[in-house]
Amino acid sequence: MPADDRPDTQSMALIELKDINRVYHLGEMDLHVLNGISLSIDRGEMVALMGQSGSGKTTLMNTLGFLDHPTSGKYLLDGEDVTEVSADRRAEIRSRMIGFVFQSFNLLPRTSALEQVMMPLAYSPEGLGEREGKARAVELLKRVGLSDRMDHLPTQLSGGQQQRVAIARSLINKPSVLFADEPTGNLDSRTSVEILEMFQKLNKEEGITIILVTHSAEIAEHASRIIRIKDGSVDGDERVAKPRGRMPEGAAA
Amino acid sequence: MTLSKTFGTSIRALTRNVTRSALTVLGIVIGIGAVIIMMEIGKGSSGAIRKTIESMGANNLLLMPGTASSGGVSFGAGSVLTLTAEDSAAIKRDCDAVVGAAPVVRARSQVVFQDRNWVPSFIYGTTSEYLDVREWSNMAEGEMFDDPSVRNASRVCVVGKTIVRELFQGASPIGKEIRIQNVGVLVLGVLSPKGANTFGMDQDDVIIAPWTTIKYRVTGSSATTSTSSSSSASGGGSTSSATGVYPGAATLYPVPSASQVADTPKQVRFANIDQIQIATRAGRTQDAIQQITALLRERHHIRAGEPEDFSIRDMTEAAANLASTTSMMTNLLLAVALISLVVGGVGIMNIMLVSVTERTKEIGLRMAVGAKGKDILLQFLVEATLLCLIGGVLGLVIGRGGGMVVKNFMHWPIEPSLEAVIASIAVSAFVGVAFGFYPAWKASRMDPIEALRYE
Repeated sequence: MPADDRPDTQSMALIELKDINRVYHLGEMDLHVLNGISLSIDRGEMVALMGQSGSGKTTLMNTLGFLDHPTSGKYLLDGEDVTEVSADRRAEIRSRMIGFVFQSFNLLPRTSALEQVMMPLAYSPEGLGEREGKARAVELLKRVGLSDRMDHLPTQLSGGQQQRVAIARSLINKPSVLFADEPTGNLDSRTSVEILEMFQKLNKEEGITIILVTHSAEIAEHASRIIRIKDGSVDGDERVAKPRGRMPEGAAA
Repeated sequence: MTLSKTFGTSIRALTRNVTRSALTVLGIVIGIGAVIIMMEIGKGSSGAIRKTIESMGANNLLLMPGTASSGGVSFGAGSVLTLTAEDSAAIKRDCDAVVGAAPVVRARSQVVFQDRNWVPSFIYGTTSEYLDVREWSNMAEGEMFDDPSVRNASRVCVVGKTIVRELFQGASPIGKEIRIQNVGVLVLGVLSPKGANTFGMDQDDVIIAPWTTIKYRVTGSSATTSTSSSSSASGGGSTSSATGVYPGAATLYPVPSASQVADTPKQVRFANIDQIQIATRAGRTQDAIQQITALLRERHHIRAGEPEDFSIRDMTEAAANLASTTSMMTNLLLAVALISLVVGGVGIMNIMLVSVTERTKEIGLRMAVGAKGKDILLQFLVEATLLCLIGGVLGLVIGRGGGMVVKNFMHWPIEPSLEAVIASIAVSAFVGVAFGFYPAWKASRMDPIEALRYE
């Protein structure tokens, strides 16, 4: 989606949370992980959810990414109330609108890069044919710079290459939002920068909303907006004037 | 998710760990292979047993003439002679449940060869078909008399082993002439030994000759009628019924004049026989009894409601034996089959559970990218079923191969069984679904967050 193709970004937020609570029942004890979180994220933003481990940032991401559901509160996606949808409907939303990139890559063992990327197509309601799907996967692998590694197995790829396969996989169903949970946690600093720059590029060129979950301020500064989470509440929400990275122009342009 | 994509995913998942898939399949391969081999051996043996019992007469019927009674006193079965050789021919011709029928005339008399004599338990006059009916076709020596011998009332016979021992002291009797009631009869062959029947009677103590020879040359009248009050009446009969069965037969008695024929319109009495031995098609004994009853009622002009002038005896005891032996065999094999398949199925379930646990992260990932619970359920179910089907087909091949080995090297009777093939494929698919369901269900119920976090 080109950057200038979002006229109603100001009028309607892509994601809007109103007083979201999440309580886990552990035996007799209730564990309040999210306490009245309200926030709104616009289409095309690149947001970092930053917080200490145990702050609730991952639970927030899971809730935003339809892997979890809130105990109370209201979740509006594209203006539609999706607070209480069935598990099957959540799976469908994940398939259609959401991509995930994980810290541990989560590639399938003994499966070629091309097949990894094509895997989510099987569950897509879009019902893409085998040949079109393959063409799209090849295109994505080219874009993440792995055109010569398509038939490689995960064990034949470096950490950075594996994460790039995972990024290509998360993009195969053309998601609106990409969630990245500590995407550089298992990578060295040079590769980390490469991956983060790839996210910045996707955000800028494709207009994909990116939500980066991290505990590191340094990584969070690659985003254009940082939301700080502490003890399950929003502890701060700031714009980054000049995001890090060697982007020629500012990512928040 | 479409089924073809599920199949693709499942096949890829199975080929990702070929060794384990192969080991999982092994349980089913052995199970199905064992079932196939057992079924083939079982079918072969029960076929062999059936043949043995059939040779004892399980498929034989004995058609006896009816009962005479006078003033409420019955003279017992066979006291009236109502059956003819024509009846026998008609039964064979018109009843499709009947394989063969042979008329039998019995006699009991002293037999002499040179300076030795003996009274055989059985002297049977019949046709060459008798041995087929009794499944006694293999001659130990020489050959059976043929149809022209019956037609011409030739003085020939075949003898059983006991006769050879008693009259010939074990020497070959072929070409020798024995005398039955002073009628010289040439021995053509020696019957293969059959041993005692179910009542302990020595079945080898027998002389078999054309029924025309026994009836017209040896006894003049049948053994059972020698005391019967009707024997004098049958003396006035005609031989024409014998010529009816065997065209061109030698004329043994003067041809009756037209007025004689007019005096005795029913001329069949003289050609009557003592019993008819009938072989039915396997398993159609009851049909055969009905067909024969209907046919003979019509031939004998018996009105509806009147009692029949004949009776049919079947070998119920032997047939029941056959049924119980076969069903016991079948049940035994079924039990073996079930046990081996349950063991194979438990193996599949075990490995699938391990596989689900091991692939928890993969399941979490698939759910994160949009797989629904039912997609995951279907994938694991298809995997288990595919494993079982592959195992089933391999087991089938190994079972058939094993069957051939047993047949060729151990010389056991083997019968390939189509039912076993169909059943084993169906059962292996069923085992796959039944034992694959629990692991698949477990996988489909996973929470994506926890599955992704699983290490």
